[in-house]
Amino acid sequence: MKIPDVLETLRHLPFVKNFEPDQIEKLAVLAHEGRFERDQIIFREGDASSFFYLIVSGKVALEVTALGRTLRVQTLGDGEALGWSSLLVSEGKHFQARALTAVRALVFDGARLREACEQDPAFGYRLMRAVFEVLAQRLQAMRIQLLDLYSPASARA
Amino acid sequence: MRLEAKELASLIETLRRDGYEVVGPTVRDGAIVYDAIEGLEDLPRGWTDEHAPGRYRLLRRPDNALFGYVVGPQSWKRFLLPPRVRLFSVRRNGDQPEIIADASAEPPPKYAFLGARACELAALAVQDRVLLGGPYADPIYRNRRQDVFVIAVQCTQAAPTCFCSSMGTGPKLSGGYDIALTEVVEGAESWFVAHAGTEAGAARLAALGAPEASPQDVARAEEAARRAESMITRRLNTAGLRERLAENFEHPQWDDVARRCLACANCTLVCPTCFCVTVEDTSDVTGSHAERWRLWDSCFTQSFSYIHGGPVRASIKARYRQWLTHKLSSWHDQFGTSGCVGCGRCITWCPAAIEITTEAEAVCGFPPSSLRSEQA
Amino acid sequence: MLPQASRVIAVERETRDTFTFTVAAPGGGSGFAPGQFSMLSVFGVGEAPISISGDPGEPDRLVYTVRSVGPVTQALVTRRPGEWIGVRGPFGASWPLAALRGKDILIVAGGIGLAPLRPAVYYVLRRRGDYGRLVLLYGARSPQDMLYRKQLSAWSYLPDTQILTTVDYGGLSWRGHVGVVTTLFRYARFDAQRTAALVCGPEVMMRFVLRELETRGMALSDVYVSMERNMKCAVGFCGHCQLGPHFVCKDGPVFPAARVKRLMERYEL
Repeated sequence: MKIPDVLETLRHLPFVKNFEPDQIEKLAVLAHEGRFERDQIIFREGDASSFFYLIVSGKVALEVTALGRTLRVQTLGDGEALGWSSLLVSEGKHFQARALTAVRALVFDGARLREACEQDPAFGYRLMRAVFEVLAQRLQAMRIQLLDLYSPASARA
Repeated sequence: MRLEAKELASLIETLRRDGYEVVGPTVRDGAIVYDAIEGLEDLPRGWTDEHAPGRYRLLRRPDNALFGYVVGPQSWKRFLLPPRVRLFSVRRNGDQPEIIADASAEPPPKYAFLGARACELAALAVQDRVLLGGPYADPIYRNRRQDVFVIAVQCTQAAPTCFCSSMGTGPKLSGGYDIALTEVVEGAESWFVAHAGTEAGAARLAALGAPEASPQDVARAEEAARRAESMITRRLNTAGLRERLAENFEHPQWDDVARRCLACANCTLVCPTCFCVTVEDTSDVTGSHAERWRLWDSCFTQSFSYIHGGPVRASIKARYRQWLTHKLSSWHDQFGTSGCVGCGRCITWCPAAIEITTEAEAVCGFPPSSLRSEQA
Repeated sequence: MLPQASRVIAVERETRDTFTFTVAAPGGGSGFAPGQFSMLSVFGVGEAPISISGDPGEPDRLVYTVRSVGPVTQALVTRRPGEWIGVRGPFGASWPLAALRGKDILIVAGGIGLAPLRPAVYYVLRRRGDYGRLVLLYGARSPQDMLYRKQLSAWSYLPDTQILTTVDYGGLSWRGHVGVVTTLFRYARFDAQRTAALVCGPEVMMRFVLRELETRGMALSDVYVSMERNMKCAVGFCGHCQLGPHFVCKDGPVFPAARVKRLMERYEL
């Protein structure tokens, strides 16, 4: 995928809705296209974090294995961000990510993203704001999930 | 009309002869309670009651007044909305259950209520609206209520717990009765000024053949009634009360009262308007016979608001708040009237001496209308 | 107000603890409106309010989906075809579907909350031309806890109909969506300006859904919720189901969201 195509794809993703045009271009330069087949593992729990993904199309499941049983705890789809821990230094991946369908994504090298943020704080602020929004939504969703809403209160307490 | 004791006795007698179960005040277990009475000898002659927050005592009067007390713990609701009533029984008929309605099977007694006070008649009107005034009518209440003959008694004294004048329900009788009596004590004995509120009441009075009350008699009765009015010291500021209670859902006063409230449910049991009930099924061991009973319930119990797994109102704070705001605020939304008639029973019978008037005004941020009563 | 004895015709297991059973409507059936409920009795055990989950176009039978969470519901789910239960009702306010003609219908359900919404789906499907798109978002705890799975799958092939399901936790065999029900909104296609939303589920879930609907540009005046409270009489006499000024049994269980949103946000009301 050429940079103009990446730029065009990126522009349509909700992740960049508050970015200035030049900031989107800067992000596009850092991206390359990734394709994953159905059931392919995108990353595993504990992997040294390296890549950040914006899903262009397809579905990705976040999985965790507990007591020999693998649970899907979240699915992400078109336009959603994946692998935010790559924006932090020395964080391993918290979950395993698996393509549930064929997945097309924009892939960013975490170290290069961090470097770009350091060099251009305005860009860095914009990017971190966008990641922060993603994290806030995930946290809210996770809190609701933790309430275990559909079990009777007695079974929860 | 002026009645002497003997004419009152004959009024009771004729009602009984006409098939009424006459229910009136009588002394039992150190309190004045309502029960079936046969004649004047069952009335609390020469007794009075002393009320304070968390305190009730019977005392002797210096005279032989028949109605010389304020209010007892019970109200008339126990006769119209019985504490425990069977709704139906189920009998196995082959394998199909046969449901036998109880309430309609045996007609309830035809009641004559003797001694109802103004606040109590207001409470009857409130319960009428709750149980008869909506799209559904409670058949049990309706059957018991429809033929009630009411002989009201004008209050001639008041307790420090009374606040009917704030609630606009008394102490002056203003309807809801067939016959109204005002007792006038003269020396050791008493006589009554009676007037009719309905045609049925007028007919019964006329049948007694008693003389008309003289203007002096009427003046004496009015003076006695004014005495009750002047004895009322407790006030509840109702201006904006309903709205402020609804707004002040979070208020430190709720936490304060929750530390004192025992959630014992006494207030709801003695309240003449509280109508909440629950149902309970019973069955014999073979399962061939089952019954469903309706029992008084209270919003102060945890089970009251239970839904699969937990109570909605788990804390005492939430339960006290539900009771008070229902009574004084959301009752208006539901039934177009206050749920409180100012009888003061919840104050007298609260073991923690909690005063609804004080709590409500504190939650609303109103300056207290009444001086906090001295603990006896 | 007396229950009528009704014979159980069929019982179907939905999940580990939830059963759908069909009873002959007492007296041939007087019909019900989507969103209404009945009081169901097992004589000698007790009575519980249960939403009607069947098709309002089939008034001769009453269908209920019951989750076993207490003595009465436990006794109900162990009834077998041919046995008798007591039925009172139907009671309560219904989804105002007649007034919503011409609109897209967005249904958001959580857990057993799908039961009182299923009659609304039947209703719309029987009058398909009267409504725009039909979008159903349904969240359950796990794939094993989902109600009416075959039916949901069948409905998803209907034109102008979008059925989205999600679970809080899924195993490896679950290839559907995982996440709370609010995470489905990004996939739902509806025009907020011409949509009415019907919501039923645990109260806390409904609060999050109301917030999400407002974020998506919907006016609360186009949103309806079905509330749950303890009930003993179903006709406004027992006092148990009070929600501030409302009696859930006779003023609800279906309420315009604008009328109860503030009350839902009050803890321990």
